[in-house]
Amino acid sequence: MNKTLHIKEAIYFGLFRLTTISVIAFLGYILILLFSIGGSVINSRFLTAFWQHRDITQGGIFPAILGSIYLGVGVTLISFPLGIGTALYMTEYSKSGFWQRIIQLAIRNLAGVPSVIYGLFGLAVFAQFFRLGASLLSAILTLSAMTIPWIVTTSVESLRSVPQPFRESSFALGATKWQTIYRVVLPAALPGSITGGVIGIARAMGETAPLILVGATFYLSRLPTSPLDQFMALPYHTFILATQHSSPFARSYAAATALVLILLTFVLSLGAILLRLYLRARRDW
Amino acid sequence: MRTWKFTKHLNFTAERLSYNVSRLFAATTVLLLVGIFLFLTITGIGTFRHVPFGEFFLGTNWNPTAYQQQSWGILALVVGSLIVSSLALVFAIPLGFAIALYLSEVASPRKREILKPLVETVASVPSVVLGLLGLIVFAPVIARLFHVSSGLNALTASFLVGIIAVPTIASICEDALRNVNMKFREASMALGATKWTTIGKVVVPAAVSGITAGVMLGFGRAVGETMIVLMVAGNSRAFPTSFLSPVRPMTATIAIDIKEAVVGTLHWQSLFAIGLVLFIVTFFLNFIADIILHIRKV
Repeated sequence: MNKTLHIKEAIYFGLFRLTTISVIAFLGYILILLFSIGGSVINSRFLTAFWQHRDITQGGIFPAILGSIYLGVGVTLISFPLGIGTALYMTEYSKSGFWQRIIQLAIRNLAGVPSVIYGLFGLAVFAQFFRLGASLLSAILTLSAMTIPWIVTTSVESLRSVPQPFRESSFALGATKWQTIYRVVLPAALPGSITGGVIGIARAMGETAPLILVGATFYLSRLPTSPLDQFMALPYHTFILATQHSSPFARSYAAATALVLILLTFVLSLGAILLRLYLRARRDW
Repeated sequence: MRTWKFTKHLNFTAERLSYNVSRLFAATTVLLLVGIFLFLTITGIGTFRHVPFGEFFLGTNWNPTAYQQQSWGILALVVGSLIVSSLALVFAIPLGFAIALYLSEVASPRKREILKPLVETVASVPSVVLGLLGLIVFAPVIARLFHVSSGLNALTASFLVGIIAVPTIASICEDALRNVNMKFREASMALGATKWTTIGKVVVPAAVSGITAGVMLGFGRAVGETMIVLMVAGNSRAFPTSFLSPVRPMTATIAIDIKEAVVGTLHWQSLFAIGLVLFIVTFFLNFIADIILHIRKV
C-alpha cells in the first residue's frame, strides 16, 4: 500500500480531530474570557440585591435572575404539554401519513424560523392584538412558540424509540389506547423528552431578540407579582449593559451577567443530561 | 356492577378527551406556522400600498425616520445579511464538515457519544454572550489585524455567526455521512482502497445531498441570527463595499427600528415586510432541506 497516502490520511484525520476539540475548547475559552472580564464583580450582593440605576456598582441582578427563572418556568408550563401532545398525536394517534408529514414539515420549518420573527409575531399578536403589552406573559408565550418545535422533535424521537411490543402487550392485557399511552408509552419515553425539552428551555432562556421586541425592562423598582407585570431578564440585561450604558464598569457588569446566564443554562442542560443517564441506567430494557 | 359501569364510562371519556386534546395541540402547532406567516403578510403587505415593489427591494437607501425625504430601500440591508451569512459559512463549512467527518468516520463510538453532545452545546451558548465577547475581545483584534479604525464590521460579525452555524452543519452532515450504507465502505475497502480514499471517493459522494441540506440549514441559521449582528456588525445603513464595511443586516434593522416605529404606521408595516422577506428566505431553505433529507430516507 502507498505510504504517502497513509501519512496523508493520518494528517487529515489529525486535523479533523483537532478541529472538533478546538470547537469544544472554544466553550471553555468563552467561560474563561467572561470570568476574567466580569468575575471580579460577582459577589453575594451582585446576585441577591436589586438593580441600582444610578450607580451600577451598588446593585445586583436579582430581579433579572428571577425574571429569567419565571420565563423558564412559564415556557415549561406551556411548551411541554403542547409539545408532548403534538408528539403523541404524531406517533400514537394519527393514522394518516399525509397529516404526519404536514405536521412534521410545520415543525421543521418552525424550528428554522429566526427568533427575531418570533419576536415580531409575539409583539403583533400577544402584546398588541391580545393587549398583553410588554409583560411577562407576552414574553412567555413568544418564547414558548419558539420552543415547541424543539420539544416536539425530541419527544417524537423518544416516543418512536419505545419498542412496539410494549404497546402490543399492553393492548393484549385489555388496556385501552389512553391507558397504554399513560401507563406504558409515556413513562418509557419521558427521560428522552425531558432531556431534550430542558435543553430547549435553556436555549429559550438565553434568547434576547424576542425580548427586545416584546419588551423586557432594564430597571424595575419592584419584582413582578403577576404574569401581566413588566419584567427584567438576564440576556436583555446583558445586552443593554454591553451596548447602551455609559458607566465605565458597564462591560464588567455585562460580562458578569452573561456569566450568570451561561452558567444557568449550562447547569440546566447538564442536569437534564445527567437525569437522562440516571433514568437510562435504571430502565430494564 | 354500578362502579364497573362508571369506570367504563370514565375510561371512554378519557379516551376521547386524550385523543381530541392531542389532536388540538397538533393543530395548534401547524396553525402557529400559518399564523406567523399570515400576521407578517397582513401587516407587511400594507407597505406596498405606499412604497412600490421595485423601490423597496432595489432601493439602496433605508431611512424611514428622515424628517423630509423618507426612503424605504432594503437592498443595503439584504446585501448586509448576505455578506455576513455567506462569510460566516466560509468559516463554518470547513469546521462543521471536519467535525462531521471526525465524528462519523474517525472517532470511536464511545468518543462520539461524548463529543457529539458537546459540539451541540456550542449551539446553546446564548448569542448575546458571543456578541458581548465580540464587542470587548474580538473587534479590537480584527481592527488591529486589518488596520481599520473600527472592528465592528461584517467580518467580525461573520466570524461569530460562523461559530453559531458550526453545530448545525456538523450535526446534519454527520447524520448524512452515517446514513451511508456500511456495505459501500466495505466494498471499497475490499478493493484495497484506504480509509481516506473510501471517504473521499465513496462516502462523501453518497452523502452529498444530506451535506447540502446541512449547509442550507446552516445558512438559514446564519441569516436569522440577530444579536451578534446587532452588537458587532457596525450598524451602518450605507451600502457595504467590502468585507470590512460596517453593515446592518435585516434582523438587526428589525430589532433597532421596532422601538422607534409607531404601531400601524408605514415604518411599522415596513419592518414586518422585512420580517416577511426573512421568513420566506428561511422557510424556503428549510423546506428544500427537509425535502432533500426526507427523500434520502425513503
